[in-house]
Amino acid sequence: MNYRRIKEKIYKWIFTVLAFSSLFFLVGIMIVLFKEGTPIFKDVGFFKFLFGTRWYPTHEPPDFGILPLILGSIWVTAGAIIVCVPLGVGSALYLNEIAGFRQRQFLKPIIELLASIPSVVYGFFGMVIVTPFLQKTFNLPTGLTALNASLILGLMATPTVCTIAEDALSYVPRSFREASFAVGANRWQTLTRVVIPAAGSGISTAIILGMSRAIGETMTVLMVAGGAAVIPKTFLGPVRPMTAAIAAEMGEAPMGGDHYHALFAIALVLFLITFVFNIIAEIISRRFRIKLGLSG
Amino acid sequence: MDNDIKMKADKINFFYGNTQALKSVDLNIFSNRVTALIGPSGCGKSTFIRLFNRMNELIAGTKLTGKIYIDGEDINSPCIEAVDIRRRVGMVFQKPNPFPKSIFDNIAYGLRVNGIKNKDFIEEKVVQTLKKAALWEEVKCRLKESALGLSGGQQQRLCIARCLAVETEVILFDEPCASLDPISTGKIEELILELKKDYTIVIVTHNMQQAARVSDYTGFFLLGELIEFGRTQDIFTAPKDKRTEAYITGRFG
Amino acid sequence: MKKDITQNIGFFLLFACIIATLFFLGTIIYFIFTRGMQIISWEFLTQPPRNAMTEGGVAPVIVGTLYLTLGAMIFAVPLGLACAIYLCEYSPKSIVVNIIRISINNLAGVPSVVFGLFGLAVFVNFLNFGVSILSGSLTLGILALPLIISASQEALLAVPHSIREASLSLGASKWETIKRIVLPTALPGILTGVILSIGRAAGETAPILFTAAAFYKRGYPKSIFSEVMALPYHIYALMTEGTHPDKQKAIAYGCSLILLFLVLFISGIAIYLRQRQRSYHG
Repeated sequence: MNYRRIKEKIYKWIFTVLAFSSLFFLVGIMIVLFKEGTPIFKDVGFFKFLFGTRWYPTHEPPDFGILPLILGSIWVTAGAIIVCVPLGVGSALYLNEIAGFRQRQFLKPIIELLASIPSVVYGFFGMVIVTPFLQKTFNLPTGLTALNASLILGLMATPTVCTIAEDALSYVPRSFREASFAVGANRWQTLTRVVIPAAGSGISTAIILGMSRAIGETMTVLMVAGGAAVIPKTFLGPVRPMTAAIAAEMGEAPMGGDHYHALFAIALVLFLITFVFNIIAEIISRRFRIKLGLSG
Repeated sequence: MDNDIKMKADKINFFYGNTQALKSVDLNIFSNRVTALIGPSGCGKSTFIRLFNRMNELIAGTKLTGKIYIDGEDINSPCIEAVDIRRRVGMVFQKPNPFPKSIFDNIAYGLRVNGIKNKDFIEEKVVQTLKKAALWEEVKCRLKESALGLSGGQQQRLCIARCLAVETEVILFDEPCASLDPISTGKIEELILELKKDYTIVIVTHNMQQAARVSDYTGFFLLGELIEFGRTQDIFTAPKDKRTEAYITGRFG
Repeated sequence: MKKDITQNIGFFLLFACIIATLFFLGTIIYFIFTRGMQIISWEFLTQPPRNAMTEGGVAPVIVGTLYLTLGAMIFAVPLGLACAIYLCEYSPKSIVVNIIRISINNLAGVPSVVFGLFGLAVFVNFLNFGVSILSGSLTLGILALPLIISASQEALLAVPHSIREASLSLGASKWETIKRIVLPTALPGILTGVILSIGRAAGETAPILFTAAAFYKRGYPKSIFSEVMALPYHIYALMTEGTHPDKQKAIAYGCSLILLFLVLFISGIAIYLRQRQRSYHG
């Protein structure tokens, strides 16, 4: 039986080694971002990099201030939230509260499926359909604007928000609703005063994850946001969010140069932002589960 | 006591972290007899029988002192593998836990993991153990169906059969009827009485009537200590310890 | 009654939300489907591009996407599954493991362009694989890794502890229990996660932007060290480069339809599987 014992040991070792090598890659991402991103802070200075208002990486001398890019990201994300929160959460409420069992069994998978449409397809749609439409409607020099990016990103995040919010709503125990009906509340009152408060943190998790998806999205904003690295003043003008800057400029940035490091530093900022969002979402959803008595 | 000792617990102390769950327990398990362990919930009786097939090793942060012997051999000695002990000492759990496989595969599983590949032998063995577990008549036409489709009582008998197939010497029952209805419970009890001809049986229960009906020996546990151990009829008719008497007459527990 | 009027208005608004959602998303699919169908033909699917990407088909592009996705899965599935098995079955339960678990969940939400930069720095430059199928596959694989790990972990954790105990109590060893009981039981869940990540990898653009993709490459890729055309990047490139925007736009519609079909088909299988599991478990 010694053979069996050795076999057990070998398997355990194989799994340990494979697990740690995959963790090695994942930790590697953070290390690489820090290693390639931080040199720019030495040259430009951390605060000047973060809050500088001029992004002219190819000028002589270059300017590496990413505030316009950060604001670009914030604008399109905020715009996307305005689109995807009502649509996503509204749809989730409809699916969970109003739709019958069969309607829900049918619609929920469809919405989940829509969440998997690749971003480049959204970007393409934005370019060929939404852009000319906006240009004509608002009589603009170009339809590639923050508004366009917001609409497309919002639409793109809607299925994600809807799916997660609907999951949260379905965790609300039936007894909560029954208690409310028992004191004479109608379905709308039950929904607004019992179900939504109970699922509130679950719904906010959905919104945060939707935001996280919107701020990190690359292809759509690269294709439809217009790409002007200026501090945005109107939704009808072009912007250049952080992800678009990285994707558009990395091809031309010479390896190891300041521009290269600056783009990695932007990725680092982006990474930290989404990391914080995800941690917040995780904490809220953990509390939510505890509140409803579900296992963490 | 006129019987052969099959298993023996010697000065067992057991800890979950810093909490002591068992305090200096000595107990003999006799061959071809049914030994019942009774006591209120949390008294350590389940923890105790899980030591006999080394199942507590799977729980992190536990510590055992004292020795457990099977046929005079120390089961925790470093040259003995847990898998070998578990093959000799089978276990039936509180809740029926069939594998999500067919009825046939559930029984064949134990044979297959022990390296048996001969199909005819496996088939023969499955039929034989199902008959032994008094389940054959109910399932003979649906051996290929999922075991999860059986009723709770049938599932529990399947779990017993699964145990019999690996030819264990001792079967540990950890409250086997806790989740079953009275009729299924009756069938399991009959089965236990039948099985003791060939096996040594230890059963944990907090149903005292059950202990009285099926067992030859009874041990009473309270707060991690073995208060009293003896022939079942003595324990139930003339308990020596006041606490045993109080428990049996239903004053607590 | 007043409160019923509020209810009717409220319900109507919610109904409007889902209709709007389905309408807008439906519009996207409608446009891409109708315009894409105009260009898709047998030739389009099986021929290489001609005349500076303005005529001919997109076969090498489709093949490129398949290579990249396949490469990513060859790398990520065994590694991700092994990692999940280690974390669920072998690793000691400690704070460190918990932190690892949380970081993996978080990495699933890291922007894909960040993975692209990692691939550029490590595979293209540091390991000197160059812009190639290998670099792109590895980058996509790392993107898929956290998705596969967390889906597999979830599936493994859903396997009841009681049947593991049952297996061990019959004298099975740990590995035998994992191989014969835990993995088969968790398989549908693991499969769902893997298939979803295939869909994700196939549709991603940002990670291959600087690691694998070329706008134009003659013929089919010859080795894992050659650059490759891929559907998602091709759509982007057709819209932003080249000299014949109108002809390129038509081809981009075709590519979008193929990509959309591919991704929706793959994800559809996964969602169908998941739906079936849900109804099976009640």
